[in-house]
Amino acid sequence: MWVMLAIFANASLASEPSQDRKITLRNMLKQDCGACHGLTLKGGLGPALLPEALAGKSDDFLVATILNGRKGTAMPPWRPFISHDEAAWLLGILRKP
Amino acid sequence: MNKLLPLLTLLFSFNAIAELRATGDLGIVIEREDGNALIINTTEHKRLAKIEKLGDLSHASVVFSRDQRYAYVFGRDGGLTKIDMLKDAIDKRIIQAGNSIGGAISQDGKLIAVSNYTPGGVKVFSADTLELVADIPSEYGKGLSSKVVGLVDAPGQRFVFSLFDAGEIWMADFKNPKSPVIKKFPNIGKQPYDALISPDGHYYIAGLFGESGMALLDLWDVDAGVKRILPDYGKDDEKLPVYKMPHLEGWAVAGDYLFAPAIGQHKVLVIDKNTWELHDTIAVAGQPVFVMARPDGRQVWVNFAFPDNNQVQIIDVKDLSLSKTLSPGKAVLHMEFTPRGEQVWVAVRDDNQLVVYDTETLQEITRLPANKPNGIFFSSRAHKIGL
Repeated sequence: MWVMLAIFANASLASEPSQDRKITLRNMLKQDCGACHGLTLKGGLGPALLPEALAGKSDDFLVATILNGRKGTAMPPWRPFISHDEAAWLLGILRKP
Repeated sequence: MNKLLPLLTLLFSFNAIAELRATGDLGIVIEREDGNALIINTTEHKRLAKIEKLGDLSHASVVFSRDQRYAYVFGRDGGLTKIDMLKDAIDKRIIQAGNSIGGAISQDGKLIAVSNYTPGGVKVFSADTLELVADIPSEYGKGLSSKVVGLVDAPGQRFVFSLFDAGEIWMADFKNPKSPVIKKFPNIGKQPYDALISPDGHYYIAGLFGESGMALLDLWDVDAGVKRILPDYGKDDEKLPVYKMPHLEGWAVAGDYLFAPAIGQHKVLVIDKNTWELHDTIAVAGQPVFVMARPDGRQVWVNFAFPDNNQVQIIDVKDLSLSKTLSPGKAVLHMEFTPRGEQVWVAVRDDNQLVVYDTETLQEITRLPANKPNGIFFSSRAHKIGL
């Protein structure tokens, strides 16, 4: 039962995007997120998105940041373009070292 | 062999003559993902060479030496590369910071300044050797360091730049390069995201992201301080999300008007530059990123942030109306006019192409391949203040 809970708690296991959509999302991450966070995600006008920079921040918080943006900063809401599951999938990519 | 040497030398010198190259109509195109710079000929629409290994060019800009032989490329990763456009080769390259955003060349062409995010500040180098001449940390408050944006050269051997986190404009006078004199203008407004200088070097204007309006510094009268303009602009309107920060490079001045991107609104602002009041707004297809005037000022070309970045719109300055919408391809990132404006080159990132338009007929002339191009910079910038 605990194992099951652990699996369901892992956001990256939410329903995966299609192969085509994954290519689009990866391109979006590189090009459009990269416009502020850097092509290599080392940061720019926006902060670094490397695994060590995200460590200690919860999945819920980061998925919400992607979808809703962050008030008072330049981070816009991406909800019009990506779903909750897609944001979780992108976060899974970011967390991989 | 010894007898052959004079002959060989002669052959080589003939070869050199055959390859004589003028640089006034050349340009640099940045390939952001590969970290390459293409040297192109703007008259012949040709790619001449590819210069590789310039680091992370996801955000890059270029300035040119006044003899138009060298291009200085400022990379995202703090790389500063001096390219020799006669030899198609890197002349010198240094990594001067961890994360940088842009640069400028001094009035006399002898100094190169770079603005940095990490660690924040401006570093100034010899244009000849790339040796460090001065280091200006962007300290503010209690030991904080600000990201630096909107760095430009100004007449009087000065550099002017803005501190994003601090909300300040600084002016550094480099008449004595070893001990620059820095004048700081605090409280100019929240989060200046970029800035521009008028082509005559008279005005420096920083756009604000954190609040409405812009900050204006009259470089003919710096003691008057920074004045806020358009403070009420867009105050009551709902702010739309900005998926890419606008750039203010290449101030679009046409006649009495300054054209600038609105922030969080799908509009181009038309500002009367005699009164600094808002004269008009022009509704456009999306969040404007670059708002650039054709050199003669008759047209203003606008490209857009995601998700409207497949379009380019052209404003007819004669009656301040939209005259045409073009669809060059997926992800239009930058535009550059030929020196006298009869053509414009457009970088289309996701289609891996450069598209050249005739600016009068608005017809496409040709396309050239380039892998994920982001910036186009022509060597005619060498002789323009602020570019």
